[in-house]
Amino acid sequence: MAQIFNKSANNIAKISMVAVAVLAGTAFYAYTQIARSSYLTGRYMERQQPVQFSHKHHVGDDGIDCRYCHQTVETTASAGMPSTQTCMNCHSQLWADSPYLEPVRASFRDNKPIEWRRVHDLPEYTYFNHSIHVAKGVGCSTCHGQIDNMPSVYQENTLQMEWCLECHRAPEKFIRPKSEVYNMQWEPGSIDDTKRRSLKDDYKIRSKEMMTSCSTCHR
Amino acid sequence: MQNVSELENKLHPPMVEGDHSFASVTDKISDVTLKKRTPFHWFIGFGIAFMIAQLLMLSVIWLLANGIGVWGNNQPVGWAFDIINFVWWIGIGHAGTLISAILLLLNQKWRTSINRFAEAMTLFAVACAAMFPLLHTGRPWLAAYWLFPYPNTMGIWPQFRSPLIWDVFAVSTYATVSLLFWYVGLIPDFATLRDRAKNKYFRFVYAILSWGWRGSARHWHRYEITYLILAGLSTPLVLSVHSIVSFDFSVAQIPGWHATIFPPYFVAGAIFAGFAMVLILCIPLRHWYRMQDFITHTHLVYMGKVMLATGLIVCYGYAMEGFFGWYSAAQYEWFMIKNRIWEGPYWWSYWLLIICNGLSIQLLWFKRFRESEFWLFLISVVVSIGMWLERFVIIVTSLNRDFLPSSWAMYSPRVWDWTMFIGTIGFFFTLLYLFVRFVPIISIFEVRTLLPEANVHGHHQDFEENVNEVEYTYDRTDPPNS
Repeated sequence: MAQIFNKSANNIAKISMVAVAVLAGTAFYAYTQIARSSYLTGRYMERQQPVQFSHKHHVGDDGIDCRYCHQTVETTASAGMPSTQTCMNCHSQLWADSPYLEPVRASFRDNKPIEWRRVHDLPEYTYFNHSIHVAKGVGCSTCHGQIDNMPSVYQENTLQMEWCLECHRAPEKFIRPKSEVYNMQWEPGSIDDTKRRSLKDDYKIRSKEMMTSCSTCHR
Repeated sequence: MQNVSELENKLHPPMVEGDHSFASVTDKISDVTLKKRTPFHWFIGFGIAFMIAQLLMLSVIWLLANGIGVWGNNQPVGWAFDIINFVWWIGIGHAGTLISAILLLLNQKWRTSINRFAEAMTLFAVACAAMFPLLHTGRPWLAAYWLFPYPNTMGIWPQFRSPLIWDVFAVSTYATVSLLFWYVGLIPDFATLRDRAKNKYFRFVYAILSWGWRGSARHWHRYEITYLILAGLSTPLVLSVHSIVSFDFSVAQIPGWHATIFPPYFVAGAIFAGFAMVLILCIPLRHWYRMQDFITHTHLVYMGKVMLATGLIVCYGYAMEGFFGWYSAAQYEWFMIKNRIWEGPYWWSYWLLIICNGLSIQLLWFKRFRESEFWLFLISVVVSIGMWLERFVIIVTSLNRDFLPSSWAMYSPRVWDWTMFIGTIGFFFTLLYLFVRFVPIISIFEVRTLLPEANVHGHHQDFEENVNEVEYTYDRTDPPNS
């Protein structure tokens, strides 16, 4: 009787054993990468806004402080979005006739807020508070990146839990003096490790156990 | 001489009865898969099992659509059918591993004709068991990060200090080793089926499954080593898996759970339940497929004895639980014992358990019952029910009376608890029917080693004859049409 398989079956069997191991490894690696990809996290994705507002121009060129528009960042959970009146403080005089600013003027006329599209959207099951982070020396750029270089704002980080925990597990690696929180030019290398650790003590940042307790962020 | 051989027969009864040669053993077992028409009772049995398995599918869909609120468990009885059924199924699997590994290492020849389907039973029972802890998470697709340490995007590991994660490793190791053990043992038999199959699709599938086995001396040498290594790996698993399952309870500080006796008591219970299930399966199986020559009366009696021995250990466990409750002088422990046995609302479940597991097996002391297939089957069914009740008693009577009387509540299962449990039984028998149809239910080549002609070094005058027989059988495993 003829053989069921020809001789090449031996090699096919051996190759398929290796292939299964390689494929499984590749699939696992692919998972770890896809799960963190900007396709799933929305990282680096610019959002079209109703007004062509440029942070690069307002922060980078004009040097307006973050808090001029995001007024509640030091006091509440939300950093706050500026009302149209805040825009009109300047734009009733500057570029008052620019067609780009028509949506702002329309909003002011009709008393209807501009519907900005949210760029950093945390899930509802996480409790996040801007004021505590600012009060403990976490700079704006630590999470939001170089906003002063972004004509249109995008999400600089993944906002995944592992990213949050990176800092919650070792805040001394990321904090800066409170005076530098709103400084977009501040560089992490400008203070040494001893200074960072003493900042952590000075600002009374809680222990790692407390900072990584489930209910710190999931209440 | 006559007396000596009679005595010998009594001490080591033959494990294969009837007048069998190598060839007739192969014919008889492989014909079930290859030659004989699938018997009508197979279709009836498979049909019923498959329908019941659909109940499982329905229950799982309903559960996933609605969440675990469809089950009856709620505070303070946060664990109920899900864990009862998990422990029950995983316990049943243990007899398969004990038979295949420990009895192999102890050189117990009688394991040979029951190990194949006992191992299959183990695998299918583990498959049923694994469903419960996965599904009791409510959203199993999210449960991956509670159960497995992998680099997830949350940057967290499972809780390694929890016995629940130990369970994951214990059960998955157990499933993997059992599968390998079963499959490695099957390779020479798959090769036999490959060589005898007439249908070309069957031949193709069996050829792939047998990995080019030709039965050369080198193949056999490697096979023996692999099989022994796997037996060595499985042996500690018989003890470790159910010890770890018992940690799910004994690590918790709940009266009635927090006891040092739990690991050995659970392991004995698992083997007890497992042998009961092996008997439930093999008593009808040997009749339906006329395998009485291979699964002999002696086998059944031996299994009955193992059941009696392990059952007595379990009874010792019940006695010690009561003793600990009293001797600890801890009021919560003593309250739990009183509540479990006579004061509480579930006292009937405890006494039912004692009747099923404690009293019923006492019949096995008597030869009349031990040697009767009917009684062995009946006792095995009762023991299976009893072992299920044992987990019910442990879980529900400890939880329903919490430390604070204000938290006390009754537990009763709902429809979906029952459908899922019954559904897994259907699933188990579906797999078992498929196994009986497509895989040799008894290890062909191992049974052949039990025949007198396998012991060619024995009596010199038989030597020539046996050598011829060996060669003849070797030819028979070659392709039949060549």
